[in-house]
Amino acid sequence: MTEPMLRATSVGKSFGAVQVLRDVNLTVESGEVACLIGPSGSGKSTFLRCINHLEKIDGGEMWVGGERVGYRRVGNKLHELREREVARRRASIGMVFQQFNLFPHRTALENVTEGPIIVQGVNRAEAADRGRRLLERVGLGTKVHNYPSQLSGGQQQRVAIARALAMNPSLMLFDEPTSALDPELVGEVLDVMRDLAKSGMTMVVVTHEMGFAREVADTVHFMSDGVLVESGPPARVLSRPEHARTQSFLAKVL
Amino acid sequence: MSAGVTDAPARPATVVPTRHTGRTVAAVAVLLVVAWLLYSMATNQRFEWGVVAEYLFAAPILMGVLNTMILTVLAMAIGILLGIVIAVGRLSDNVIVSKAAWFYAWFFRGTPLLVQLLFWFFLSALVPRIAMGVPFGPELFSLNTNDLITPFMAAMLGLGLNEAAYMSEIVRSGISSVTPGQTEAAKSIGMTRLQTMRRVVLPQAMRIIIPPTGNEVIGMLKQTSLVLVIGYSELLTSASLIYARTYQTIPLLIVAAIWYLFITAILSVAQYYLEKRYGRGFSPLSTIRTDNVEPLPAPEGKEVRQ
Repeated sequence: MTEPMLRATSVGKSFGAVQVLRDVNLTVESGEVACLIGPSGSGKSTFLRCINHLEKIDGGEMWVGGERVGYRRVGNKLHELREREVARRRASIGMVFQQFNLFPHRTALENVTEGPIIVQGVNRAEAADRGRRLLERVGLGTKVHNYPSQLSGGQQQRVAIARALAMNPSLMLFDEPTSALDPELVGEVLDVMRDLAKSGMTMVVVTHEMGFAREVADTVHFMSDGVLVESGPPARVLSRPEHARTQSFLAKVL
Repeated sequence: MSAGVTDAPARPATVVPTRHTGRTVAAVAVLLVVAWLLYSMATNQRFEWGVVAEYLFAAPILMGVLNTMILTVLAMAIGILLGIVIAVGRLSDNVIVSKAAWFYAWFFRGTPLLVQLLFWFFLSALVPRIAMGVPFGPELFSLNTNDLITPFMAAMLGLGLNEAAYMSEIVRSGISSVTPGQTEAAKSIGMTRLQTMRRVVLPQAMRIIIPPTGNEVIGMLKQTSLVLVIGYSELLTSASLIYARTYQTIPLLIVAAIWYLFITAILSVAQYYLEKRYGRGFSPLSTIRTDNVEPLPAPEGKEVRQ
């Protein structure tokens, strides 16, 4: 059996006295699309940020691609990884943010080539070549020289997806990628994500788009108050939820 | 509607802009004052324009201009580089480092520049020899402080170290203006902290940093005249040496002022281009979307509504 892409076992996380994640267990196989759903403040985004070590976990274990996230185990002790090591591992995990977080002082193409050139040491011409192809793939072949401020929200989010893909990630994390978009722009971003899922990318998606989850996800995971309440294929979790909390949440959003 | 318009015109009426009487009066007043100033400057013999012309390009003055510019550039270079280090230190998670950075800014902003300049100049009274070596261990080499601290060195250290304290606050405000999301995005593509600072945070912070830094450079240009007290010969010192001898105080002060104004003008132009460079992606013009914007319908003749 091959190692799963993501394995979280009894992950816990607190901000001060507030415990935001409690005993979260989640396994995502290679090529799987996993959607995390749940009310605001339920810990979905925090869990996602723990996967690439933007937040440190306080308990449990988190593994990505067979490597422990953020720590190295020596004997009976967990040693925190050095910054360079953390950065190297993050480079193979793509992340897309709710607020896009494009670099405003760089054009669409420069946003996409920044990582390959600076982090991976790819030469400029090659990076630009690959960057153009990626922007074409997300439907922005004509916008390569536009600055983020000259693009719509949907276009900016597609550039952000291309920026993450430029690093050739083995896992893509999406943190409510359509929540900051005008309703008419949501579709174009979801289309790109759907194509990405079809191409076999492993994806963990925090989303409120139940239609997308139902159609694209292999597994749906419902979180509430820092606890993973219910997991399973979308047909079951979204249509025939077992837990009362899942039922009451879905009754409100569907 | 105004009472003057009673019957509807057959054709679309032309628009008559409002008269701005106040503006016209102000413009005339300003022009009169300027004309009077120019006239009195030209006719008042005591300005001694002949003397001004005679000394404007005199060798000692040009030497002073050069020294002023060298001192300004070096002191600002020290100020900016050290200022960035102190600003980053101030924002560090390391408590000792951030407190030390705070202390530096407090100390150098809290004592008069004049005192600092004199202090550096008279350093030898405090530390007669400066030695390099292993702390509490053997000495590698040592120098006589008086040989090391020339008036030039004292001027550069005094102005530069003082400037670093002010620059650190300017840089800190710039760094703080960049949203945390930018740092997270940089981390998420695998950048280290140093790469994030150099490639993502500082270039964006520059937009906030440049205008006040322009102020600092122009301020420094004139602040260099303080080094007169430690006998370093810059522009104002050169002028004062001449008028002390010839008693042509006013014309020589005018000569110095002309040079200060000239250099300030050049610096302002440089600042304009720097702001343009670091404003890329931010300027109001670039935020106008040029894609999928439908052209506005052609304006039709404005009509006076009844």
